Amino acid sequence: MIRAARAILAKDLRLELRTKESVPAMTLFTLTVYVLFHFGLDRNSLDGSLAAGVLWVTLLLAAVVGVARLFAAEREQGGIEGLLLAPVDLTALFVAKAAALFLFLCAVELVALPAFALLLLGPDLLDPLPELLPVLLLANLGVAAVGALVAALATATRAPELIVTLLLLPLLVPVLIASAQATEPLVRSDPSADELGRWLGVLTLYDVVFVLLSVAVFDFLLED
Amino acid sequence: MPALPLDEAGKYVVGAYVVFFTLVVVYVAILGSKIARIDRELEELNELVEEDR
Amino acid sequence: MYSKGFKPLSVATVVAVATALALIFFYAPLDADQGFVQKIFYVHVPMAMVSLGGFVAGGLMAIRHLRSGDPSWDVRSYVAIHLSIILGVGVLVTGSIWARASWGHWWVWDEPVLVSFLIVFLLYCVYYPLRFSIEDPERQARYSSVFAITAGAFVPLNFLAVRLAQAYTHPRVLSQTGGNLPGEMRPTFLVSLVAMTLLFVTLWKLELTSKHASAQLKSLRRKLAAREPAAV
Repeated sequence: MIRAARAILAKDLRLELRTKESVPAMTLFTLTVYVLFHFGLDRNSLDGSLAAGVLWVTLLLAAVVGVARLFAAEREQGGIEGLLLAPVDLTALFVAKAAALFLFLCAVELVALPAFALLLLGPDLLDPLPELLPVLLLANLGVAAVGALVAALATATRAPELIVTLLLLPLLVPVLIASAQATEPLVRSDPSADELGRWLGVLTLYDVVFVLLSVAVFDFLLED
Repeated sequence: MPALPLDEAGKYVVGAYVVFFTLVVVYVAILGSKIARIDRELEELNELVEEDR
Repeated sequence: MYSKGFKPLSVATVVAVATALALIFFYAPLDADQGFVQKIFYVHVPMAMVSLGGFVAGGLMAIRHLRSGDPSWDVRSYVAIHLSIILGVGVLVTGSIWARASWGHWWVWDEPVLVSFLIVFLLYCVYYPLRFSIEDPERQARYSSVFAITAGAFVPLNFLAVRLAQAYTHPRVLSQTGGNLPGEMRPTFLVSLVAMTLLFVTLWKLELTSKHASAQLKSLRRKLAAREPAAV
């Protein structure tokens, strides 16, 4: 299964490197939204809960953009049916898609975080970075698992992008809550790591539940 | 906020219960019309079977 | 099939609802802080609990469906979720009325139950477009079940996260349920909860029976058409 997953993942990564569809779009979207927030909030610099909120809402919206495209290549080439006929373990497909999404999110964040620090953040971002890192990784994991599941669910419908948007955002609310709450003390003018452990715990719980659930349930989505 | 006087509070409480009952009644009414349609179609089918006998 | 035991169930429901109403308005005392407005609890909170229970039950039935491949479990799951969404509308509206009566605003973010409910409600509303935009009936049933299970697992996680987030900003106000109900309020609440549950199950069975009859009708039509293509 791991080999099959790795093969699919390699194919998807190669495709992305060649066509550059998802990651640049997600990154550009993130930067644009930062500009929107600047004008919408009429603020030059944010800190504390406002900063955490803007950062995470933007990242989650960018994730929606990425998820909507996750199975797009397969859809366009009629590929989903082809994949079904191939002797591929469906769990491998899920793992590959979720891993791809995870890597895309990490790539986007490599640009989005410095950009955020430059454009909008008042306090320094380098200081709390080591505490921020586990939050980002755990959040990405949760988004990746749920995103892959929702993408697969939406593929069978007539309006996949619409369904993805409507479905993904409520499901990600716990991730938003935990991530924003964890980040907020870190980006205050006098940073501290209040309750970081608690929110990391919530994220971990979310990740465990949804990774297990998605793996268990994914088979039923693509069998025919 | 201090507790509302009885007459004012009464309106809100009644409103809430009215909402609840309306939901239930509307639901039952819609279900009822579905059942009525099933009944009508069964009647049609019955007649058709009679005719062809 | 679904109508077994329906009559005793509906009788029990009527008795429970009548008893609950009597207790609410003639037996339970007035709340010290909120006065008469507190009576909204007895309809709002049971609706919320039964609705959430319905969502979780829908998820469990969906698991049965995927495990067994029996489509009747998908129908049961669908009706449970469908009913819970309708109750959900009631929860949000009665919650809003209560908020207005207690705080003067039609919505409050301080109430973790209400806020979590809004999120859950928004999620489950997508059930309909998801389900009905899939044409193949077998796939529709399977995907609906996957959604029901995912959303069902989401409900407790969501409540946890929202409650944790609220705990540090605002104290809980609405949750006089369960533990801290004084004296006569507690049995009143429990009877209301039982009545709401019975009502849910009765309506659930009712809708299932209607759907089943409709399906039988279609199947009858098909069989008649097969026998005499000209007639039907």
